[in-house]
Amino acid sequence: MTRMTMVQALNLALTQEMEKDDSVIVLGEDVGLDGGVFRVTDGLLEAYGENRALDTPLGEAGIVGMAIGMAVYGLKPVAEMQFSGFIYQAFHHIEQHAARMRWRSRGRFTVPMVIRAPYAAGVRALEHHSESREAYFAHTPGLKMVIPSGPRNARALLVAAIRDPDPVIFFEPKSIYRAFREEVPDEEEVMEIGRSVIAREGKDLTMVSYGAMMRPTLAAAETLAEEDGVEAEVIDLLTISPLDDTLFTESVRKTGRLVIVHEAHRSFGPGAEIAARVMDKSFWYLEAPIKRVTGFDIVVPLFAREQAYLPDADRVLRAARETLSV
Amino acid sequence: MPREVMEIPNRVEHLAILDPEGQVDSELEPDLSDEFLLELHRWMLLGRRFDERMLRLQRQGRIGTFPPIKGQEAANVGATAVLRESDWMVVAFREAAGELMRGRSMEDLLLYYGGYNEGGFVPEGVNNLPTSIPVGSQTLHAVGLSWGMKYRDKDDVAMVFFGDGATSQGDFHEALNFAGVYKTPVVFVCQNNQWAISLPRAKQTASETLAQKALAHGVPGIQVDGNDVLAVYVAAQEAVDRARAGEGATLIEAVTYRMSVHTTADDPKRYRTDDEVDSWEARDPIRRFQIYLKAKGLLDDETIATLEEEIDQQIREAVERAEAIMSEPVDALQMFDHLYADETPALREQRQELADELQGKEA
Repeated sequence: MTRMTMVQALNLALTQEMEKDDSVIVLGEDVGLDGGVFRVTDGLLEAYGENRALDTPLGEAGIVGMAIGMAVYGLKPVAEMQFSGFIYQAFHHIEQHAARMRWRSRGRFTVPMVIRAPYAAGVRALEHHSESREAYFAHTPGLKMVIPSGPRNARALLVAAIRDPDPVIFFEPKSIYRAFREEVPDEEEVMEIGRSVIAREGKDLTMVSYGAMMRPTLAAAETLAEEDGVEAEVIDLLTISPLDDTLFTESVRKTGRLVIVHEAHRSFGPGAEIAARVMDKSFWYLEAPIKRVTGFDIVVPLFAREQAYLPDADRVLRAARETLSV
Repeated sequence: MPREVMEIPNRVEHLAILDPEGQVDSELEPDLSDEFLLELHRWMLLGRRFDERMLRLQRQGRIGTFPPIKGQEAANVGATAVLRESDWMVVAFREAAGELMRGRSMEDLLLYYGGYNEGGFVPEGVNNLPTSIPVGSQTLHAVGLSWGMKYRDKDDVAMVFFGDGATSQGDFHEALNFAGVYKTPVVFVCQNNQWAISLPRAKQTASETLAQKALAHGVPGIQVDGNDVLAVYVAAQEAVDRARAGEGATLIEAVTYRMSVHTTADDPKRYRTDDEVDSWEARDPIRRFQIYLKAKGLLDDETIATLEEEIDQQIREAVERAEAIMSEPVDALQMFDHLYADETPALREQRQELADELQGKEA
């Protein structure tokens, strides 16, 4: 075990997978010599050479389009989008080809590719650097959409994503890239994609979140325990698509109350799908309306107003208390 | 500090070997075996006749919308002919003659345009990517494939096809740029058929040629008479030789003409004149190649008639096989197959939902 940040844990996953398998190729803007603008790919060029840590020209469509060809050829490209806000320049390749190659070739060609992208708000960044648009990808058949919430699961999920036979969009919450450290095993660790986990057990209220929002959600749960004597069960999705609805629908059957927390926009966001699944599968157990604590349906503001935009523990707490008061 | 003209590579060749009347430039004529020349002719003729048959089937409502290749048989076949099995062919959607040559079956094309996903299947061992409708996007996939070939130390090449319209897309330029930077073994074949639906070549770009667009990316470009199968073949062979020798990418602009509709949903009378189409009929790639082959003593009217009969029979059998499949009740549940390696829980539920619905209808 070594205590590390999420950046270091992601780097460990890349290093170990590259060491094992020469078909794993990291590519993107500034991923080689510079080690990535967040240093996630630091040291890979030195260790594996410029063909394995491939600095690309500046062109997101070029990176993803080329990675699709590489993946069809049998390589396992791990493409970095420098920020998720620039993934739209490559969106057509993701939607039109990566997501459908297996389907439209009737299984002959596959795209075992990972697209990594730092995403979400909270680091006082420039415009186009703070969005949470996981819904675009979760809405696209043929893709998998993964968002880790800490160093240990980030590492284990990235390993799984690299080994996955289908294209995985891997969003890294950059506000927690270095916010805290966790013990990460030195030996191999893999977590299954498509599985949520219970981050905190409870019986009175279910809270569902993922990514950087797990921290305010867990903080609110602690306050509820201390101040209200309420034990909230907190579920960390980890995979947005395919959505694992078993834990949260079961949890709601136990608690009867649900608060969903994400920083993505509210309308048509992941919370809407989670709520719909609960209505489908656990409707008769609900004691109160489902609450969503989310980013507002606006363009993410520049950073003077960023904290007002982002859900925090107080906002989660208020929603939880409202739910509990019904 | 002086202000001076910088000498940068700015040369584009134009290559034509067989003129519209079928007269060959003997200095440029490639040394090809009789068998191989007849093979080229056969695939071009099959491409034409199959295309005509598809058009009739569409008009009769027996298949759906499809994009005819009529007029582009030389560009299709001349380029594809230089590939070997281990090479990769990356198509757009107007390469049926080339695809047939590379092992895609007529049944699969009929099924695909008949609305059956089964027609998108590419047989094992055939390195052709499936039809790519989003214009120009496939150029980058060819670069990725060719990057892989270079990484794995293979002397294979990827050949990618697209039209004049695609050269206005960003993907085309990113592909040339990436191929230039990484010097990958890829051949870009632009079938400049003069029309992107209703937009003529002159309004697509202010460039004098499309071939010259490669130069800005450090990649050589050549323009050929795309209705001259010998010129297309020679340019493609040179490009493939360069690629195999580690010298990187080439852009070939094959100047041809879409003699038919963009797709069967299109009415070209809205945007171009019959006179223009007639002027290109006079430059038909098959007619001129037949004159050449006749002059070489490789073909005569009798052998052409025999070949036409064989091809007609071959097409008839393929249509029968495809229609036999299309006349069976369709297995709707197959649409859930092949989305992921392992079906997701939600998809399993939805598949079951449809299965129950279908069973309910039967009962």
